[in-house]
Parts: sequence; structure tokens; C-alpha cells
Amino acid sequence: MPGFTLPSASLLAQSILSGIFVGALYGLMGLGLSLSWGLLRLINLAHFAFAFLAAYVSYQLAVAGIDPLLSLVVVVPAFFAIGAGLHWVMARFAVTPFNSLLLTFGLMGVIEAGIQGVWTADFRKLESVYSHMKFKVGVLYVPIPELITLVLAVGFSFGVWAVLRYTDLGKALRAAAEDAPIAAAFGIDQKRNALLLAGTCTALAGIAGVCLALSFTLAPAQIYAWVGVVFAAVMLGGLGRALAPLIAGTLIGVSEAVTMAVTAPSWAPIVSFTLLIFVLLLRPGRAA
Amino acid sequence: MRRTPLVIVGAGILLAFVPRLGLPAFYDSLLYLVLHWVVLATSWNILSGYAGYFSFGHGAFFGAGLYTTTTLLARYEWPFLWTLPVAALVAAVLGVALGAVVFRVKSVRGELFALLTLAVTFVIGTIVVNTPLDGGQGVSLSSVPVPTVGRSQSATFYLLALAAATLTLLIAWAIFVSKLGAGLFAIHDDEDAAEVMGVPTYRYKLIALAISCALAGMAGGIHALFLSYVTVGEVFTITVPLTVVLMSVLGGTRHWAGPAVGAVAITALMYSFTAADHAVAGKAAIGLILIAAILFMPDGILLRVQRLFRGRAPVGGPHPSSLPQAGERAGAREPGEDHPLPLAGEGRGEGVRSPTIVAGNVILRARGLHKSFKGVRALAGVDVEVRQGEILGLLGPNGSGKSTFINVVSGHYRATSGEIVFEGRSLVDEPAHRIAAAGIARTYQIPRPFAHLSVLENVALATMFGGAAADPRQAEREAMTWLEFTGLEGKALARPADLNLHQRKFLELARALASRPRLVLLDEVLCGLTPSEIDDAVALIRRIRDQGSTIVFVEHVMRAVMALTDRVVVFNHGELLAEGGATEVMQRPEVVTAYLGKAHA
Repeated sequence: MPGFTLPSASLLAQSILSGIFVGALYGLMGLGLSLSWGLLRLINLAHFAFAFLAAYVSYQLAVAGIDPLLSLVVVVPAFFAIGAGLHWVMARFAVTPFNSLLLTFGLMGVIEAGIQGVWTADFRKLESVYSHMKFKVGVLYVPIPELITLVLAVGFSFGVWAVLRYTDLGKALRAAAEDAPIAAAFGIDQKRNALLLAGTCTALAGIAGVCLALSFTLAPAQIYAWVGVVFAAVMLGGLGRALAPLIAGTLIGVSEAVTMAVTAPSWAPIVSFTLLIFVLLLRPGRAA
Repeated sequence: MRRTPLVIVGAGILLAFVPRLGLPAFYDSLLYLVLHWVVLATSWNILSGYAGYFSFGHGAFFGAGLYTTTTLLARYEWPFLWTLPVAALVAAVLGVALGAVVFRVKSVRGELFALLTLAVTFVIGTIVVNTPLDGGQGVSLSSVPVPTVGRSQSATFYLLALAAATLTLLIAWAIFVSKLGAGLFAIHDDEDAAEVMGVPTYRYKLIALAISCALAGMAGGIHALFLSYVTVGEVFTITVPLTVVLMSVLGGTRHWAGPAVGAVAITALMYSFTAADHAVAGKAAIGLILIAAILFMPDGILLRVQRLFRGRAPVGGPHPSSLPQAGERAGAREPGEDHPLPLAGEGRGEGVRSPTIVAGNVILRARGLHKSFKGVRALAGVDVEVRQGEILGLLGPNGSGKSTFINVVSGHYRATSGEIVFEGRSLVDEPAHRIAAAGIARTYQIPRPFAHLSVLENVALATMFGGAAADPRQAEREAMTWLEFTGLEGKALARPADLNLHQRKFLELARALASRPRLVLLDEVLCGLTPSEIDDAVALIRRIRDQGSTIVFVEHVMRAVMALTDRVVVFNHGELLAEGGATEVMQRPEVVTAYLGKAHA
């Protein structure tokens, strides 16, 4: 076991803050995944690959001098179309939840290969006006790129939450997730709604990807590094709930950051996965 | 069928001569990798393919074996071959420890099981990397001598992997054709129904997991020395399980040889791309192949090919019903004609006034039976006695606790309190499969056949686990007689999905009878049937009793209740409301009130 060192209060506070920031990104990545799994019964591993694809696109646009936030204008509609298209194929072949996992794993491999083919396997870092911006609150440094991520994650999570809760579309989606044939009998056009939702999920992956590019270095093989921890956030929160990934993601981010501060960075994964194991064993109903 | 193990061993022996062909060492290594993946994919399939518990934790068990061998070699300088059994053992112990916890949580199935096992992989990986087992930099085994099994190092690894693959395939085949395999396939389709039919589901899953892990651990042990430099990053990942899943799904998870076919195909494919320096294109190609495989052959290559050769399984047309037209008998039966059994008369006849009473020994006695679901009392202390050889009708309005009673007696639910004694033996807290073995069978109101098994296999399974038949073939012969009994012999090779409701209900009956139970619990077998189908069923139920079973009969169809039952008990709000002969009990005011509500004065 590693030595436990109690960090100073300011160091601890700083690591909690960075945990919140990275947790927001977990939440943003998990949002689309959770919606697709919970409401469409499709487990989309390619979600991670889409996020990286979006990250590389915004990187490329930044190289051409375009502001990464402006790249959302391209990324959101393009990824919406990709997601809807993918869902159309899956619905056409009536892919089961488990097979959707395998199919999208295949797609993840294809996209990873594509990224590697275009941008090589080397690390890439998006440089923009925001890259080195930060301000100081008391003893804490607040980096701007991470703050943008946090704001977007909170904004979109609440936005989706409100849509699901208060609009007819949201109610229709939740009804169809409960029992699609009955929902259809009550006049819900589930096919159209599902395409809409699948598109939205992938568009959210795109947004998460742009945030990813703002603060992380990119490499194709990094796609897999996010799978476990984001899944943990999604499961921990419960499927198909808009705010849950953000809350669970933040919880995981903070506990990872504190673990890293107290022990060594290499111990960080154990927190989220132990949490996930306990959730699955003690509250399996949450995820079903 | 019994030729198969000889073919496996024969192929293994033939392949053992490959290193003597004098091919470049590089081919030995390639073939080693093919066999390595054959072992991993086939071992994964034993639990995950057969029983449907898709594990994403194969990397953890593989890694456990790999690091066991590594540690024993690098620190304790064991001879390499001796480390392999230990590697297998460590992996199996890890698997059993995990399974002993996870398999107790009923809802951790399907994708939840996949995620849980994946999480376990990362946890173990993190522990290994942070402890002296690995130390974070990886462990080098370059100074460990490779034993001379073959002519060269590469030939040695090839032969070891060949032996491992032969062993793994033999085990996979043996399980496939055994009772264990039949039980695992039943778990795949409907675990609760399997348990009720006598499959010890918990033990079977643990055994399958232990075997699966041991084989993966052995493969890990061999691979440790093959790599000669081991790191956590390559082992405890999502890529190992996903590759294994990919191979198995591509080849077909419902056959023992499916994963091996997939492993050969994928490894060959990966090689052909890496050899030609198109690693990136290879990755994309594998992804595309996986996508195409899922979309166009979701059952795998092997089943697809089998189907091409065999054509579709013959499905019989509408069979000529061998049942006597029961109409003439229903409702007009004479006392005594239905009791061929010598019944030891105890003749207490408390509260029983019907002329058709059977006064046998008490075969099942429930006393003070309570069952609550989070505050909802489904059974509030009922006392029921079932006597040998009788047909006891269990009546009551919806929600009165009839089905709960069946579920508690059959062990599907555990009683909150109270006692159940069957033939002098307490059944409280016994798992469902023991209750089935004790001689109690049940049907489900909504038939729950094993969807991927044929009608005959469905019944044979019950014969095997509840009845006398020990081996699958004898079970099938026995099962056929039960299909004839229920008039389903023409549908023996059909899938349950091809049956209509009436036939599916009869399949439930055949399955319940196949275990030769002394007590049969029938949960609304007549519900949803047409009047003439009900007549068939009534005649059938009478014949079931005639061949020696006692029957508890939950039913709403009063015509059938009147025609069949010797005695009825009426439940209301989880309590016993009335007991006695059907005609008399149904006229009692409190029973009428329970069914129809109170008349307003």
C-alpha cells in the first residue's frame, strides 16, 4: 500500500475543484450515453468514439483559426445527423441491446482507425485563446477551458431534464421507454422520436468532444480510457435520467481527485469502479 | 456424437507435428496466437455463451493467471510448467469468490453482469499495478528459461497452447453434451423456470465460472512467458474481453466449437493486416466485420452454416389430437372412477361434505403461511392441507394470494413466515430446485418455455433434472412419452415460438409432468383457452391424476373447477375464506360476497 499523505487545505481544495471540473466532463459524456441506454435500450460504445471525432474536428478547425466554441455550430448538426443515421440502421435490423453493444464496439474500432488514419496516433493538443486563461478566487485557480465545460455540462443537463420533464416530447419518450407498443397505441410516433433522441445523444457526444479538446490532449487510443469511468457515472446515477450523470460524474471526479491527492494517481480508478460494483450489487434496480 | 472427442484429440495430435514441417519460427508464433485465442474464447463461452452471462471480466481471470505465473517465476523461481496449475487455480478461486457474491444478486444479469465484471477487471488491475506484483513498470521474464518441450522456443509455446486448446475444446464439448450443459442453456433462456424445474442454477453458474476462469488462467500462465515482459496495461483492459466476445459472437455462442471458429477467423484476419503493414486498415476491417456479423448473422457463423446444410428444422403441421374428446365426460363423472390409486384412508373429512371427497394422507401441509411484499400482505397466515391423490381447487378473486401460494410452495418466493411440510419434510427456505427434486412441479400461468430449445428438449430438460433419466438421450426418450401424453408429439422438433397458446399450455403441463412429480401445482392452465380447448385440458388433467399425481389447481373457469375438483379452498385477501366441496362452498354467502361484492340492501 502507498503512503498516505495529508495534503494542505488549499491543495485539497484545489484538487476538489479539479475533480468537479473533470466530473462535469464525465457527466456531459455520460448524458447522451445514459439517455440512449435508458430510453432507447441501446448501449452505444461508439459514443466515446464520436466524442473523440468531434474533439479532433474542433482541433482541426482550431488549427485553421476557428474558435473551438464556434466549431459547435458545425459539430452539433453534423453529429445529430450521424446519430440519427446510426439509429435508423439499428432499428432497421432490430438490433438487441446486447448486440448494440457489440455493433457499436465495431463502430468504435472503425472510427478509431479513421482518426488514426487522418490525424496519426500522436498526441494532439488544441491551442486556442482559452487555453491558458485562468483566474484566481482566493487561493484557488480556476482555468477557463474547464469552466466552459462545467457551464456547458450543467446547462445541457438541466436543458435535457426540463425537456424530458415538461414537454410532450419528453413525456412521449419516457412513455415509449416504458412500453413502446402501448405508447404507439396511444398515438406516439416512436420511430420519429427515437431518431430525434438518438440524434440528440450523438450531438451531446459531439459537445462533450469539443469540451474534451479544450482541456485534454488527444490520441486515438485514449478513447478507451474514458469508457470505464463514464459507464460508472452513468450506472451510478441510474439510466435515462438527465441530471444523474452530472451528479454521479462529479461525485466520481471529486473522489478520484481526492484519492490522487491523498495517495498516488495510479490508485484513482479504484474509487469509481468500487463504487460501481457496490451500486450494482446493492441497488441493481437503479440500472435496470 | 461420441466421435467428437476423438476428432478433437486426433486433430490435436496431427497439429502437434506442425513444428516438424520446418516452417519459419514465425509461423509457430502465429499459430500459437491462434490457439491462445481459441482457449480464451472457448473458455469464455462456457459460462457466457452457454448460460448467457456475458462476462467482460475475462481479462481479469486471464490476468490473474498471467500474474500468478509471473510472480512465481520472477520471485520464487518455480519451474514454469508447475506454475500453470497454480495459475489456473488462482483464477478459478478468484472467479468463484466473485461469483459467490454476484450470483446471489438476482437482477445482476445481462448488461449489468457485463459491466460489473468489467469494473472488477479495472479494480484488480489497479491493485496489481500498485502492489509489488507489478510495481507499475511491468515485470520482465527474459531471464526465465523456457522449458524444452518442442525443438525451439517458439515450437514449445505452440505445443503448450495446442495442448491447452485441445483440453479446453474437450471440456467445452463435454459440458455441451452433459447435464451441466443442458442446465446452463436452460439458465440462458429463463433462469427462474430452470430453477423451478430442478436445475441448481446457483451451483451450475459457479461451476461454469470456475471452469471458465481456470482455463483462462492457464492461458494467462502460458502467455506470461510467451510475452516475457508483462504489463498491466495490456492485460486488465476492455480489449481482451471485447476481442473474446467478438470471436465468440462471430463464431456462434450456442455451440461448443463456435468461439474457436471465430477465434481462428479473427486472429488470421488481424495477422493478415499487420503482416501487410496495414494495422490501421486492419482495425477498421475488424470493426466492419463485427458490424456486418451482428447485422446479418446475429447467431454466428457456425449456426448459419449448420442451417445451410440442414435446412430448417422440420416443423410438424397441425397434429391429429390424440386426446379423447373430453366433452362427454366433463361434468358427468362418477365418484371413484378417477381414483385408481390405493389410497390409505385417513378419512377425517373436516368441513368436507362433497360426495367426491378423496380421503388420502396429507401430502402437503401449509401452516400459518405468510408472505409480504414490502408491506403488502399477499398471504396472511393460511393453513392448507393437500391430500394424496386429490384434485384440490384453489379459488379466490384476483389478488387473493392464489398465485403467491403456488410461488411460495414451489420455492419461487421465500415465505415470510409459516411452515410448509411435504411428505414429512419441511420445505421452508429450501431453494426451488430442491423442492422440484422433492417431487413438486408447477406450471406458469403465462407459459415460460425455454425459447431456444425445441419442444422435445424443453421436456427432456425437466426429465433430466427432476426425473429419473440421468443422461440426455434417455431423457429425450422419456420426454417423448410425455409429449405423446399431452398430444404434442407432432411438435417435438418445433420451437416454442411456433406453438399456439393452447399447445404452449400443454407444453407447460408436459414439462411439469416429466419430472414425475407427486404433487403438481397448476396455475391457471385454462386461462385464455377456447371452450373446446378447455375440454381437452380437463380430460388431460384428469389423466394426470390417474397416473398418480396429486394436483393443486388454481383456476377461474368454474365449469372446470366443478368438473374436476374433489375439494376446494377459497382465498380472500390472503386469508383462507372457505374450504369444502366445490358446489357447496360456492353457494356460501361469504364466498359469493368475496367474488361479487356485497349486495346493497
